[in-house]
Amino acid sequence: MFILKLIIRNAFRHKLRSFLTVLGVAIAILAFGLLRTLVGLWYLGVEQSSATRLVTRNAISLVFSLPISYKDRIRQIPGVKQISYGNWFGGIYIDEKNFFPNFAVEPRSYLELYPEFVLSPGERDAFIHDRRGAVAGRKLAAKYRWKVGDMITLKGTIFPGEWEFVLRGIYRGAQKSTDETQFFFNWEYLNETMKRTVPRRADQAGFYMIGVTKPELAAEVSQAVDSTFRNSLAETLTETEKAFQLSFVSMTEAIMIAIKIVSYVVIVIIMVVAANTMAMTARERIAEYATLKALGFGAGHIAGIVFGESIVIAMIGGGVGVLLTFPAAHWIETELSQFFPVFSVSPLTVYLDLLAALVIGVVASIFPTWRGATIRIADGLRRIG
Amino acid sequence: MGIPYYYSFRNLWTRRLTTILTASGMALVVFVFAATLMLAEGLRKTLVDTGSYDNVVVIRKSATSEVQSGVERQQASVIESQPEVAMGAAGRLLLAKELVVLINLPKRETGKPANVIIRGIGPASMWLRPQVRLVEGRMPRQGSAEVIAGASIAKRFKGGGLGETLRFGMRDWTVVGVFDAGSTGFSSEIWGDVDQLMQAFRRPVYSSVLFKLRDPGEFGRFKQRIENDPRLTVEAKRETRYYLDQSEAMSKFLTILGIALTIIFSLGAIIGAMITMFAAVANRIVEIGTLRALGFGQGSILVAFIIESLFLGLLGGLVGLFFASFMQLVTISTMNWQSFAELAFSFTLTFEIAWKSLLFSLVMGFVGGVLPAFQAARMNIVDALRST
Repeated sequence: MFILKLIIRNAFRHKLRSFLTVLGVAIAILAFGLLRTLVGLWYLGVEQSSATRLVTRNAISLVFSLPISYKDRIRQIPGVKQISYGNWFGGIYIDEKNFFPNFAVEPRSYLELYPEFVLSPGERDAFIHDRRGAVAGRKLAAKYRWKVGDMITLKGTIFPGEWEFVLRGIYRGAQKSTDETQFFFNWEYLNETMKRTVPRRADQAGFYMIGVTKPELAAEVSQAVDSTFRNSLAETLTETEKAFQLSFVSMTEAIMIAIKIVSYVVIVIIMVVAANTMAMTARERIAEYATLKALGFGAGHIAGIVFGESIVIAMIGGGVGVLLTFPAAHWIETELSQFFPVFSVSPLTVYLDLLAALVIGVVASIFPTWRGATIRIADGLRRIG
Repeated sequence: MGIPYYYSFRNLWTRRLTTILTASGMALVVFVFAATLMLAEGLRKTLVDTGSYDNVVVIRKSATSEVQSGVERQQASVIESQPEVAMGAAGRLLLAKELVVLINLPKRETGKPANVIIRGIGPASMWLRPQVRLVEGRMPRQGSAEVIAGASIAKRFKGGGLGETLRFGMRDWTVVGVFDAGSTGFSSEIWGDVDQLMQAFRRPVYSSVLFKLRDPGEFGRFKQRIENDPRLTVEAKRETRYYLDQSEAMSKFLTILGIALTIIFSLGAIIGAMITMFAAVANRIVEIGTLRALGFGQGSILVAFIIESLFLGLLGGLVGLFFASFMQLVTISTMNWQSFAELAFSFTLTFEIAWKSLLFSLVMGFVGGVLPAFQAARMNIVDALRST
């Protein structure tokens, strides 16, 4: 009890220095937490994907499409429960800055395959029956203040022209982490327009989504699909939705790795700062430690005092950092929603934050602890100041 | 009369451990600062140097990149007949109708596929891009299934090296040459005969038309004419502008990330410097009192401590910059969001980045040292001498 009191009192003996160190640790932990959350977001799409869904696309690359006639041939493959198809539309809303993912999809089967997009039955029917109907996520609609029934115009980049849609529904995510910033519309509208304007581009689907009956069948079904179309004009590449999402992530992996490294660098910087503080503290109190030793306290006691002080400072800083993370994350979610549709701090991140704070405290005190514990009484008392 | 510089310097030397710790904290910050700037600069250089100012790229209206664009054959012929197109030797037009598509290729190291740009080129394509040189092998023969690969593709992708084959569009293509395009984006492309590739991909339209202007000043007139021509649905951009637009999103992201990180990190380093300097002042109260008693003024004390802190910053800056300069050996490859294609670029250190980093480290040192220096200067002589 006495030791604990001594540690706490010691930690704030030098108010300004302790305050600065706590602040430094808090900033570092905040940065660490936010960077970790950012990295997690990158993989969000991968984690969202279901094990029973496959994506089929043209084997050459994403910019090539597949004939719509493949739909019926895929459906005959054993193990296929449902099939839907669509195109990445890549339209621009007013200005390039307002980026959000937009697709043309076959509405009925798509909504069946993706139960995480929740629409009321009325909205669902209106979307299916309206050629120009479209559905937007809750966050997206909130951002541009769209209401059901609004007209929305997108400028096509891949499919030229000005496209007008009627917003028929606003979907909610089934889970908290579901992406609520997507926009999808009726594939028929795209196809009929293409038939009129560029006939050679009509009746083409950018990708097929396949629902399999059992997750174990995924590998078998993908092989069966790909072998069906081998040596045809449009060969396919079928993979699980997870692998498909991961292929995008892996292309930008270099940036992710850089951010990961940086999130550890910030911890190291603060470790150096904290170690500096502790080294000074120990240096100032050499005479005190010697006095304590002269009074009969053992090396373990002295070590405990120095070590404890470092941990107290680091943990207070860590605690403040964690508390600051939540309002910061909320701010990012509201202010930068076009980049980060979901910016929620996971419990794991909080644990890692605290662990990082603990590591800072431990590492910072290694050297001073050792010095305090091994000081020879006579040397310590000889020093003045 | 000021206090000699080496007083400040010697003080740092006497408390070596603390100096090293503080300076290394700052060095890390400067390292991150410099590395981010170098990365953004490398990207800028790669994409901006890719184009030349007197070349014009014509793509379909509202397409954001060549990959999304399609220019019909008749439209390409209309552009070809414009008077602004420069003539080369033997009356040949310096114009290339090209096809640009993405193909999926596995990387050599990981086996993970990435999107690579494959470009169908015409006879004038090489000529229009003086920065592209063939370094190994030969040019592909027209009308054959032969391609040449950019240096960075040859190195990083399976089947991209000289003599290897790539399979796409139901045919095998032999790599008969490797070209080097310096640090430009072309190094991450594969080139082959445009007609052969259009056949293989069953793409009856070109992606873009590239030509050299007869006179660089005529661009405005040309742009206005073809964008208002009812037969055409295209837009024209100078090649430099086109590549700048391609890199916009990426460089914005890198810059924002870099600034955010630097701000957060520098706060940490400044706090570190402050702690160090406050301790330096606290340890030397008697010394400061003595100096004042000897007749050095408040200003001299202030300057001495600020110089000490600037030294600390400069030391960190130099060390950080030293390590950052090794980053030039690193090449990063990532997907460019605008074209969805793989792009390799390296960290580029410029003189400007070097002095910015050093200035930044001095600023950190100054901000960290200014409060403690004032504290030292404002001390009462008698009290300072009395404290032991």
